[in-house]
Amino acid sequence: MSNSIKEISLSGRKIEVSNKEMTFAERIYLPGILKGMGITLKHFFRPKNTIQYPEEKREFSPVFRGRHILMRDENGAERCTACGLCAVSCPAEAITMVAAERKPGEEKLYREEKYASTYEINMLRCIFCGLCEEACPKEAIFLTQDMAPADYIRDGFIYGKEKLVMPLEEDSRVDNSQKG
Amino acid sequence: METSFLIEKGILILVIWGITMLIALYSTFGERVVAAYFQDRRGPNRAGPGGLLQPLADGVKMFTKEDFIPNTPNKWLFIFGPALFMTTALLTSSVLPWGDKLNIFGYEVSLFVADINVAILFILGVISIGVYGIMIGGWASNNKFALLGAVRASSQMISYEVAMGLSIIALLMLSGTLSVREIAAQQGGDFLGISGMKWNIFYQPLGFLIFLVCAFAETNRTPFDLPECEAELIGGYHTEYSSMKLGFFLFAEYISMFISSAIIATLYFGGYNYPGVNWVADHIGPNIATILGVVVLFAKIIFFIFFYMWVRWTLPRFRYDQLMNLGWKILIPLAIANIIITGTAILLLN
Repeated sequence: MSNSIKEISLSGRKIEVSNKEMTFAERIYLPGILKGMGITLKHFFRPKNTIQYPEEKREFSPVFRGRHILMRDENGAERCTACGLCAVSCPAEAITMVAAERKPGEEKLYREEKYASTYEINMLRCIFCGLCEEACPKEAIFLTQDMAPADYIRDGFIYGKEKLVMPLEEDSRVDNSQKG
Repeated sequence: METSFLIEKGILILVIWGITMLIALYSTFGERVVAAYFQDRRGPNRAGPGGLLQPLADGVKMFTKEDFIPNTPNKWLFIFGPALFMTTALLTSSVLPWGDKLNIFGYEVSLFVADINVAILFILGVISIGVYGIMIGGWASNNKFALLGAVRASSQMISYEVAMGLSIIALLMLSGTLSVREIAAQQGGDFLGISGMKWNIFYQPLGFLIFLVCAFAETNRTPFDLPECEAELIGGYHTEYSSMKLGFFLFAEYISMFISSAIIATLYFGGYNYPGVNWVADHIGPNIATILGVVVLFAKIIFFIFFYMWVRWTLPRFRYDQLMNLGWKILIPLAIANIIITGTAILLLN
């Protein structure tokens, strides 16, 4: 029985190290150096992979989960009914809200009889998992393609309704149709 | 005569110093851009158009950093180290010819500062003093990594200086002079019927190769950057340096890179000579031919600076024993063989 490393290898994947002598061409290094320099020179003229960030942005995937938005319906009324399912489903406990009753004459502003008078998401706690989006029965909260911008103070990261609710202007509306 | 001579040389010194500084400044920027391009990146391109103000930003940053002096008994040596390194790096440019004669309103200006008849010895001597800056700086740092870097730098310098000197001896046998100006002028002769192409590279290919490898080792560039390898010695001899003292070390390295590129171009690649130099001098004018020669010389120098960077971003660092093996067991015997071959060829062909 031979004691080759292949015989004693349990996985059968072990191979013997080859300690073969270097040839003359390998020992004078020069052919290898020239070959390597040829490879680097090829890379020198290759198109660059860098994305010049502020001017040029990498496109996000359609299911990218960025900062949140509270949707309005086709008449411009807020869809959120302050049921609290998003807050319950949130694993980071980032969402708080206070519910209020819709007064007569506010039908244009709020879609249901109950609405969220305050709705806050702490962006420092949020892990952008998208569970709020999934839990919402009214299709009111969505995660958009935007990033939450940086800030200098912690309070700046607690987003209230003024930052979350979709603006009324037609051109700044968010299209979530591809999210389903 | 005396005053005009002083003014002429003074202006020349200032111009050469300015150009050296400018090229070294932009080599630091070039190094980063070239490195980026070799790695499929773009490199710094935000400061100024195309990033051209980046060296300025780096300089401001270096100057405004805290100038820290470690608790060492050799404070003066600690300050003296980078100063010496910088001085010796700048000294060599004084004996190099930057061009042929320029005729300004009947006044003849030679484009070199000092034509001393032992210029090659002067260059070798100044280069070997350069390592004292590293040694003193590394030793005065009172830090084991810095000391290791300094020890490596000096041993590497000693090993490769021998092979470098021997490779130059073969060149000197061919040219018969120690003056760099004369060596540059000799290369303006005919080679295969083309004027200005009698470059030493065609007569001394092996000597050039040895000289090139030694030049890499002398300037502490990759693959011979053992004195400052970041991975094992955290910067080597300049571990303890900060602010502009560190800047001096890094900057002097680029200056010596520029100077050694100039030496390679002058000794082996014809200096300011270019094919058809006589034709230009006869048909367009000797001044134009000289200016074109200066441009050609700087083109050669910039190519060699690029070559230094190219090699740096291609080759990994040598191991210490490999470095010593290459120096003592391969390069020195090769250089001696080159001397014998050259001597035989001179004897047989003349």
